[in-house]
Amino acid sequence: MLELVKAVRDFVEQRAMPELKGHTAFHARVAANALGIVARELEFGAASADGERQRLAALLGHDGALIDLNRELCTAIRDGKMGLETPGLVDHLTTTTREKVEIDQPNYGGLKRFRAG
Amino acid sequence: MSDFAPALQAALTNALPGITGIERLTRLSGGASQETWSFDALCDGKTIPLILRRAPGGTRVASETSTSVPLETEAIAIEASRKAGVAAPRVRHVLTENDGLGQGYVMDRLTGETIARKILRDAEFDTVRPDLARQCGEILARIHAVELTPELRKALPVVDGPTQLRRYRDMYDLFNYPHPVFEIAFRWLEPRMAQAKRQTLVHGDFRHGNLLISPKGVEAALDWELTHIGDPLEDIGWICTNTWRFGVQEKVVGGFGDLKDLLAGYEAAGGGHVSEDEARTWIVYGSLKWGVMCMSMYQGFLRDNSVERAAIGRRSSETEIDLINLIIRGKI
Repeated sequence: MLELVKAVRDFVEQRAMPELKGHTAFHARVAANALGIVARELEFGAASADGERQRLAALLGHDGALIDLNRELCTAIRDGKMGLETPGLVDHLTTTTREKVEIDQPNYGGLKRFRAG
Repeated sequence: MSDFAPALQAALTNALPGITGIERLTRLSGGASQETWSFDALCDGKTIPLILRRAPGGTRVASETSTSVPLETEAIAIEASRKAGVAAPRVRHVLTENDGLGQGYVMDRLTGETIARKILRDAEFDTVRPDLARQCGEILARIHAVELTPELRKALPVVDGPTQLRRYRDMYDLFNYPHPVFEIAFRWLEPRMAQAKRQTLVHGDFRHGNLLISPKGVEAALDWELTHIGDPLEDIGWICTNTWRFGVQEKVVGGFGDLKDLLAGYEAAGGGHVSEDEARTWIVYGSLKWGVMCMSMYQGFLRDNSVERAAIGRRSSETEIDLINLIIRGKI
C-alpha cells in the first residue's frame, strides 16, 4: 500500500505537474503533499498512535481506545484536574505533537524550532 | 465594462464634482456576497484610481466564524483612523440606497504589494524590509489611539479577550474532536486574557494580505472587515502569529521583523509600553485561533472534498507545535 501511494505521489509530482498550469498546478502540488502525508501516516502512524495510547493509559490509569483516552484527557485538563504540572503530561504532549507534525508537515519551521531545544 | 458603471458614476457626482466618466472597471475579488472592483474616475481631465467594495445584495453575508461589520461601519472606522493619522485609504463615498448599487463604499486605490511571498523575497523590498516591523508598531499605536466617538461606539461591536476566547472555545467544542494541546492553551489563556489594560479600536485582521507595502514602506492597512472595540494587544499578537511568517520563523513580525522593533515603534508612537510577555499571550491566542480555524477548514473538506482545505486541516498540528514552543518552551 505504501509503495502504491508513493508511486502515485511521484507521478503527480514528476510527471503530471510539469504539464499543468495555474490553479490546477497549484492544486496538484497540494495533492502531492497530501499523498506525502498519507505515505508517512502508513509508514509511521501505527507505531506513533500506539505510543500515544500507552502514554495516555499511564497518565489516566487505564487503557482504552485512543480517541476515548484523548477525550478523557481533554476533560481532565478543562476541569483543571490535570495541567502542565501533572507529572508526565508535558512529556506526553510534546512527544505526541512532534510525531504528528513529523507526519503532517515534516518541513515545518516550528518543528525545527522545537528540535533546536 | 460592467453594466453598473453609469450608476456608479452618478453615485460619485457629489464626491467628485466634475466627474465625466468611469474607465477600466474590473472585478478584483470577492465571494458570493461581497465584491471588490478596481476602476478609474475621469475628473476634470485627471484620472483618479479608485476601489469599490460592495455587497450587491445589500448586506454582506457573514460566515459562521466571522464578526464582520457592515461595509458602512468599515468605512466609518477607516475614515476615523485615517483622520487620526493612520495609513489607510481615503474613503470617497459611502453608497446610499438612492445609488442603487447595494451596500458599500468607494475609496482611493493606493499603490503597493499585499502578497507576502513578494514582500518577503523580492529584491525591491530588501531595503525597506528591516523597517517594516517598526512601522507596523507605529501604525498600530495610531489605530489604538483613535478616539472612540459616540458614532464609533454605536457602530462597532465590543469584542474583548474573554468574548473571543469563548467564541473559539464554542467553535472548537462544536467539532467534537479532542485536542489536548488546545485544551492546555485555553486554560493557559483564560486568566491571562481576562483583563485588558485598555479598550481601544482594534483593526482585527492586521496581517499579510491586508497590509499594502511598497519599497518605501507600509502604505496602508486595508480590509477593516473585522474591526471592533477590544484589547489592542490582539492586533500585536496576530501579526506575530507563526502562520503569517511564511516560513521565516526567526522574523517574528510577519516574517520580516523583530518583535522588539514592533514594540519600540508602538511605544514611540504613543501606544505605551508592551512587554514581550504580554505580546506572547496574544501570539498564543493567535496560534490557537488559527488552529481552530484550520479544524473548521477540515470540516469544510468533509462537506465539499476540496484538496486544499484538507491539507490546511492537517495544519492544525502545526499550530500545536507552535503552542508548545510558546507555552512550554517560552519561545516566541
